[in-house]
Amino acid sequence: MLADKDRIFTNLYGHHDWRLAGARARGDWDGTKEILAMGPDWIVDEMKRSGLRGRGGAGFPTGLKWSFMPKVESERPHYLVVNADEGEPGTCKDRDMLRFDPHKLVEGCLIASFAMRAHACYIYIRGEFYNEASNLQVAIDEAYAAGLIGDNACGSGWKFDLYLHRGAGAYICGEETALIESLEGKKGQPRLKPPFPAGVGLYGCPTTVNNVESIAVAPTILRRGASWFAGIGRPNNTGTKVFCISGHVNNPCNVEDAMSIPLKTLIEKHAGGVRGGWDNLLAVIPGGASVPVLPKSICDNVLMDFDSLRDVKSGLGTAAVMVMDKSTDIVAAIARLSAFYKHESCGQCTPCREGTGWMARVMKRMVKGDATLEEIDTLERVTYQVEGHTICALGDAAAWPIQGLIRHFKPEMERRIAAYRDAKVRASAKAA
Amino acid sequence: MSVRQLAKQQPASFAFKPEFLERAKKIIAKYPAGRQASAVIPLLDIAQRQEGWVTKPAVDVIAQMLEMPSIRVLEVATFYTMFELQPVGKRHIQVCTNLPCQLRGSDHVVKACQDKLGLGLGERSADGQFSLMEVECAGACVNAPMAQIGDDYFEDLDAASMGKIIDALKRGEKPKPGPQNGRVHSAPMGNFTSLTEDPTKPIPKQDLAAAKAAFEKAKAEAAAKAAAPKP
Repeated sequence: MLADKDRIFTNLYGHHDWRLAGARARGDWDGTKEILAMGPDWIVDEMKRSGLRGRGGAGFPTGLKWSFMPKVESERPHYLVVNADEGEPGTCKDRDMLRFDPHKLVEGCLIASFAMRAHACYIYIRGEFYNEASNLQVAIDEAYAAGLIGDNACGSGWKFDLYLHRGAGAYICGEETALIESLEGKKGQPRLKPPFPAGVGLYGCPTTVNNVESIAVAPTILRRGASWFAGIGRPNNTGTKVFCISGHVNNPCNVEDAMSIPLKTLIEKHAGGVRGGWDNLLAVIPGGASVPVLPKSICDNVLMDFDSLRDVKSGLGTAAVMVMDKSTDIVAAIARLSAFYKHESCGQCTPCREGTGWMARVMKRMVKGDATLEEIDTLERVTYQVEGHTICALGDAAAWPIQGLIRHFKPEMERRIAAYRDAKVRASAKAA
Repeated sequence: MSVRQLAKQQPASFAFKPEFLERAKKIIAKYPAGRQASAVIPLLDIAQRQEGWVTKPAVDVIAQMLEMPSIRVLEVATFYTMFELQPVGKRHIQVCTNLPCQLRGSDHVVKACQDKLGLGLGERSADGQFSLMEVECAGACVNAPMAQIGDDYFEDLDAASMGKIIDALKRGEKPKPGPQNGRVHSAPMGNFTSLTEDPTKPIPKQDLAAAKAAFEKAKAEAAAKAAAPKP
């Protein structure tokens, strides 16, 4: 279990002053100029050596992503875009960083932009986070006023401008190319890759899109050293992580702990345990709505990191742990997610536009058991026809929860279908 | 996909009030020259703040301001679900019913709203004071169930606390947003399980000079290795 001295987000609960004075007292903006003086190559190398993997869901190594940007500036300016369009159901970690530790993000934006030779950065925040955006804007204004960013950021000679951009309620804009489209003033419909944003991104210029958490942890990593961060967690799954624990636990909460913490320890230590005790657990969705559900038997031992969750055919995603006890109607739970993906499909790719609607309709019938046994197999086949056949990962995200349900809870689906048929037969016999 | 269309009944005209126009200009200045289309979402947002919803004349005015075809602005207005395409209540209550909220009883919260207000989902009261909507995940899942009213999140709700909030709104009061059960934001209820120590204690920092030296040495070695003749 992580000690407080190794926690990065020391104001996660907003019980301290979030403004510049408070942030400075907690160690933010300490020696930023000296870090910048180390040069872009050192910063990127240090980030690589820290082993930090992107915190937005895909887990791509952050340092490596930064290294994809062109090494010299050309007539096309470079951009850093921060993805604060948090909306994966179950996930609410960025929200606390934005409202209670905004200076960690602002400092991270400067350092990351400098490392990628970008003079401008846009933070794209979901529109619903109005109060969070207000705090962040105050932090940006404070940083400008104190000379920490602006024409001569921290006295480094680097010109850096930071802008906040509010979205307007579209889950799909969390996808990096949809976010870029949206930032350009269009519908949030993902672009085909390649070209990748590092070549052709915002306004056709080299762009890197990073999650809030990935950027906000960077200053602390560079201050304390890559080896400190890499020493937490397991190899290839390093560092600290903010987990969101929701659903049927006694004390839902956000908490920062070490990567690779056992799921059971995480829930019992911080969230007061499963409602009714661990044995009352039915299933957990460990990484936000789009990763497959895990039954209790796997939850008993699994570690909360990228590799161990992938090994059990799920994923760490955003580390949003949704806990479901035995009172849960698991088919209805997954059906609710299917309805969500139907609602959020941008409509660009046919397999997703038509598939999410079809899957949601079938899932609705599955809740009642109003289906045939063969339809379970048809449903599963359709999920594989959507997965991997769309421009972005929303199609995959819609397919995976259903695949997880069928993988682990097929007997329950079959039981419902049998019960529904029995009830119908009995009703018609009675009528006769 | 959700099908969203402009309301049939539209006002005759739209103009930004001076203070909103000032804000619009500041927003447009955030983007590089020639990229003013980037401001379309923020401008639609302030138009909605002024009028209460997004009207067809507002779409046209914004299109002119940003030198965009009107249809492009309309596309944006209909794509993003925060834009209200018909009038909503002065108090617009949006209850999240996505899975994390559902698991913790958002159905009861929705029912409490319906009973208190006498409204169905998607309806607006005759006096224009209240409207009720179901929304997808608002990103406050460890404080589920939650509802957004205007710009504020009301969290850790149940039927009783939701009822109290509506009563307060009906009396013209401003109920306090955030968790309604006394907890500190997203911290666990009761004692903190982390962040109990003084956060201002100095953190151990790495020796940057040594780090730089090690980095330069590794770089030189790599360069030498690359330059060495292959055996």
